[in-house]
Amino acid sequence: MYSTHRFSHKHILGLADLSVEDMGLILQTAESFKEISTRAIKKVPTLRGKTIVNLFFEPSTRTRLSFEVAAKRMSADTFNISGSGSSTVKGETLIDTARNLDAMNPDCIILRHSRSGSPRLLADHIDASVINAGDGTHEHPSQGLLDLMTVKEAKGTISGLKIAIIGDIAHSRVAHSNIIGFSKMGATVAVAGPATLIPPGVEEMGATVCGSVAKAVEDADVIMALRIQKERQHDPLLPSLREYANFFGVSQKLVGAAKPDAIIMHPGPINRGVELDPKIADGSRSVILDQVTNGVAVRMALIYLIMGGD
Amino acid sequence: MVAPLLLKNGRVIDPANGLDGIRDLLLVEGKIAAVTLPGEVDGPAGVETLDLAGKWVVPGLIDMHVHLREPGQEHKETIETGTLAAAAGGFTAVACMPNTKPVNDNEAVTQLILAKAAARGSARVYPVGAISSGSRGEALAEYGEMKQAGVVAVTDDGLPVVNSQLMRRALEYAGNHELLVISHAEEPTLSQNGAMNDGALATRLGLRGIPHVAEEIMVYRDLALAQYTGRPIHIAHVSTRESVDLIRRAKAKGVAVTAETAPHYFTLTEAAVDQYNTRAKMNPPLRRQADVDAIRQGLRDGTLDAIATDHAPHSELDKDVEFDLAANGIIGLETAVPLTLRLVREGILEAGGMIALLSVNPARILGVGGGALSVGAVADVTVIDPEKEFVYGPEAVHSKSVNSPFLGWQFKGKAVLTILAGRVTYSDFPG
Repeated sequence: MYSTHRFSHKHILGLADLSVEDMGLILQTAESFKEISTRAIKKVPTLRGKTIVNLFFEPSTRTRLSFEVAAKRMSADTFNISGSGSSTVKGETLIDTARNLDAMNPDCIILRHSRSGSPRLLADHIDASVINAGDGTHEHPSQGLLDLMTVKEAKGTISGLKIAIIGDIAHSRVAHSNIIGFSKMGATVAVAGPATLIPPGVEEMGATVCGSVAKAVEDADVIMALRIQKERQHDPLLPSLREYANFFGVSQKLVGAAKPDAIIMHPGPINRGVELDPKIADGSRSVILDQVTNGVAVRMALIYLIMGGD
Repeated sequence: MVAPLLLKNGRVIDPANGLDGIRDLLLVEGKIAAVTLPGEVDGPAGVETLDLAGKWVVPGLIDMHVHLREPGQEHKETIETGTLAAAAGGFTAVACMPNTKPVNDNEAVTQLILAKAAARGSARVYPVGAISSGSRGEALAEYGEMKQAGVVAVTDDGLPVVNSQLMRRALEYAGNHELLVISHAEEPTLSQNGAMNDGALATRLGLRGIPHVAEEIMVYRDLALAQYTGRPIHIAHVSTRESVDLIRRAKAKGVAVTAETAPHYFTLTEAAVDQYNTRAKMNPPLRRQADVDAIRQGLRDGTLDAIATDHAPHSELDKDVEFDLAANGIIGLETAVPLTLRLVREGILEAGGMIALLSVNPARILGVGGGALSVGAVADVTVIDPEKEFVYGPEAVHSKSVNSPFLGWQFKGKAVLTILAGRVTYSDFPG
């Protein structure tokens, strides 16, 4: 149904920049690429001769590996640069680092950075395409897209569903991309968590803020628990992880308030027993590992589409 | 010896003397020799005469809040370039904030600033000293020594005085030396090195927000301390609706408070930082329309006493980086007149009100003289062409830095002639 839509974006900086048609085309492309990863020879020559740089200034296992696997399955050459191994520790600015990389003519730079907006800064100063692999507390568009894909796969549709996102909405770029993506695609997004972790004006991104977790989960088709980051010490956001688990963790009782066929999602890595009961994480409703599988397909689609494939 | 100058047929706007009318102004030996009805003064034989019909002739403008960056950050601005920018913006005097490197918390730095200003300045420079030693917020700086060297006020601007007892003592002790205390009102445990105004846009951009209460809590504290100590306080760069309201109520109660705002706070909203535009990043941050409206009202009803630019030059090194890491502040000296003229054209300010906010009011707040076109006074005079249209491009900037969110704006009205003690420091005339 989206086959006539042409993808015209050079960069993927956030779902806020993408139209419903763009996201539909990405999902459709990802669905068609998913099969490649199930073959005995998991490689197609589509992007042979293309160069992709993974520029990761924050530690990441899942996302970096997923992008690398995606690129390699399309036969692109990939190079990984991590924060500690880069020249930024020698005082080089992000723009200088990027320009130096750009001088080696990569086709695409995939950037993970702790500062919101840094992919935009990069895109404004180099010729290569930029894919945002997570910037600060702004967006994580490939994660949002793989979550859309996973829900569409499980439910057949996105429009009309109720998506409950529970936890640290304020500091979660995953939550931000999901709120934007799911609401654009016609779902209702209910968010809940400690009031200290609900950011001001999140309604304007498309979310409905619920006063209680139970209210958010009620009749939901999808429950997404977010990682609670233990390392945020500067701001008194929570009394304890124990109290968080007791009052805001996704428990079996809570899941009972959702629709009987509700699925459970988590962007990982999970703090087991904090934001998510381990029995639920490993239970039959969990699609957490499907998210990871779909992540490769979505990233193959993103790389393919921004390099002009159609 | 300065050549005499006869400024004919201009609209002389001199709020200190209650004058707004077509007059001739004769400047002789760096002083105002006569202010007369047109044609009533001839001046000495061969006097240079300028016909200023259609122009405004006003007291030399005074910006009570600028950062000249010297000593220590001369790659951003120097006293020479900063005062050149001041002259180009119509200012004949600036008060420079103490957050230089080293901090101006002693007579040596004050003397250095004044010596450089005397040697290479295009405007009067009034140094402002630090409230606390090193602006570290711990111990009082040596106000007496700094006052003798020439400071006109004290502030830790750029940083709030977190310790309330220190602020109280600063107010008390500044009284011994007749120094004004200027408050940079910010509660840092709330602002937390935030990057922009708190709210929906900050959430969408993933930037840490600075809630407006971070300013208002400190405004209230400093008003309370001023009332308690019976000492005057000046609130710098007011940016929020509630701050305006707090100041208005304090004035009604008789608290000795004065306050300034900057042109960007009555012109722009937080929307200017969208797309991570570091040229609109500043502290306090740009707020919302309701705040902009309240600041305009505060200027109109006299709650806010002065317009000061908070001219804060930064190089590309400081601005072309990740938004979180970008330096706070914008240059403002060369856009203050055109931006404030917009308020006059919108009917928010009268011409006389605008000029008072930019001249006699800051002069009185700082106790520095100037700001009036009285016969016998030093001839600091600015000529404004309210109709002159121009595009504010980087090539036209006299400041050493070009960090302005107004680059590319089409403006109407600017300073076309700036005269410091009878000498022309800037001319875009007849232009």
